[in-house]
Amino acid sequence: MLLGNSSFFSSEPVQTALIVGTCAALVSAVIGVFTILRGNAFAGHALADVSSAGGAASFLLGINPLLGFLGMAWIAAFGMEFLGVRKVRERDLATGIVLGAGLGLSALFLYLDVTTTSTTGAAVSVMFGSMFAIPQSLIGPALVASAGVLLLVGLLYRPMMLTAVEPDLAAARGISLRWIGLLQLLALGLAVAVCALAIGAVLATALLIGPAGAAIRLSRRPAQAICWAIAIGLTAVWGGIWMAYESYYWFSGNAWPVSFFVVTLVFLFYLAAVLVAKVAGLSARPKSVIWPHCEV
Amino acid sequence: MFSSFMINTWIAATAIAFVAAFVGFFVVARRSAFAAHALPLGAFPGAAAANLLGVNPLIGLLVFVGMGVLLLRQLVRMGRRDVGTGLLLVLFLGVGALLLSMTSEYAPAVFSLLFGEVLGVSGADLWPILGICALVVVGIVLYFRPLLLDSTFPDLAALQGIRASRMDLVFLTLLALVAAMALPVVGAFLVFTLLVGPPAAAQALSGNPMRVLALSVIFAEGCIWSAIALSYWTNWPIGFFVGTIGAGLFTVARSYRHWNQRQRNFVAL
Repeated sequence: MLLGNSSFFSSEPVQTALIVGTCAALVSAVIGVFTILRGNAFAGHALADVSSAGGAASFLLGINPLLGFLGMAWIAAFGMEFLGVRKVRERDLATGIVLGAGLGLSALFLYLDVTTTSTTGAAVSVMFGSMFAIPQSLIGPALVASAGVLLLVGLLYRPMMLTAVEPDLAAARGISLRWIGLLQLLALGLAVAVCALAIGAVLATALLIGPAGAAIRLSRRPAQAICWAIAIGLTAVWGGIWMAYESYYWFSGNAWPVSFFVVTLVFLFYLAAVLVAKVAGLSARPKSVIWPHCEV
Repeated sequence: MFSSFMINTWIAATAIAFVAAFVGFFVVARRSAFAAHALPLGAFPGAAAANLLGVNPLIGLLVFVGMGVLLLRQLVRMGRRDVGTGLLLVLFLGVGALLLSMTSEYAPAVFSLLFGEVLGVSGADLWPILGICALVVVGIVLYFRPLLLDSTFPDLAALQGIRASRMDLVFLTLLALVAAMALPVVGAFLVFTLLVGPPAAAQALSGNPMRVLALSVIFAEGCIWSAIALSYWTNWPIGFFVGTIGAGLFTVARSYRHWNQRQRNFVAL
């Protein structure tokens, strides 16, 4: 690894990783809460996986990888909308079919990457991320994409939350479920692209549903859940980056991947949240009072 | 294409597609595409671990997919099903990324595990694969009726004393066995397309369970045979063909049903 002996915060790769990782944790926590409340965890995961095809294509075409991830995530979002993710009965299958086609494309592009260019590590860095190898030039686009997500959610917070928690009531109030759903998918695509850049396309799901899933167990109000999700996501990302950096010394020169630490921390936080919720009796309350629309 | 080193792949793929169609029928009936996606990826680090320890990859795959089933049931009991499934998936993939970063043959190994390898079946692998296929067939024959009832009318099944949690375990075990077998050929990412695509297409064409099953088998065999042939000719990854053919089948079947319904409505008018 090219981390050398410089101290943690003064190392350039670490700085870039911290900035992009913070963006990823922040936006995925915010959008993740909506995603889980709507029961869209599979769709969120599928968008992230399919975005890998865009990441692979960006190596091939020599364009900005963030644009690649984003473009493919949006195409997948429209594909799922078209095949009928809104009908609950059809949702599972439509998501699965789009996911399969996207991963197939991703297989092809990664194969072409390896054979036509000399980027042999493309499969690994697109799928599993390589946070210490993110070029500095991507910090700007990552910040813009994150700001886009926060702006969308900030503007549409009330209708989005109402649609997620009480779709019937939202419809009765004249909120267009279709438009809100589509805008939410667009925001989800942006968040997924930033996450995919940070910890890899297939592991982006960890940041998207892990912190939000834990947060929903811990809180009774949506805003509170978002705060918890942000705290958990940031801790996992920062902790993961620090541990991966230090692991260079722990394992005598064999640094373990950042993504592994981030995912493991997210998982442990989820387990801890479930335990805390049980001990504190949060789950003993009838869930329908807390989160009306969702079966838990 | 049918030379001696490809024969193993043809036999194994035919057997795998056959059982995949049956298990996939239940994946579609139970709306468990996410689990069908997560379990093969849960098996994936098994291959990496086996590589590291120098044991038969199939053993590693079976061990990890078994752990995946147990952990999945535990996670689902703790919270939402989709959140638990997603977390299981990323946890195992994270472990897989770690194990792969420890082996020397990094990129090519990852690639063939994730996206399939036409020559993934050696002569020594063939018999275990056929054995497991036979086991899956026995399991399906034994549990076909209760599984079908539990998947389509859960309330009725409960009335008849069929325990939903037991059926869930049976289903996940069968799914895990198919996932572990299909992974070296089709690749961890695309196993589930083989499980979901053909049965979903079949289901769009018919309402009769037996006809759906027969169609699923035909579609699954057609899908994997053409994917192997195309992959052999073009040298492109087999996963690409399985994924796109699976999605294509589904889209065509859905459009056909749509068109058919329109025709019927028109005649009725």
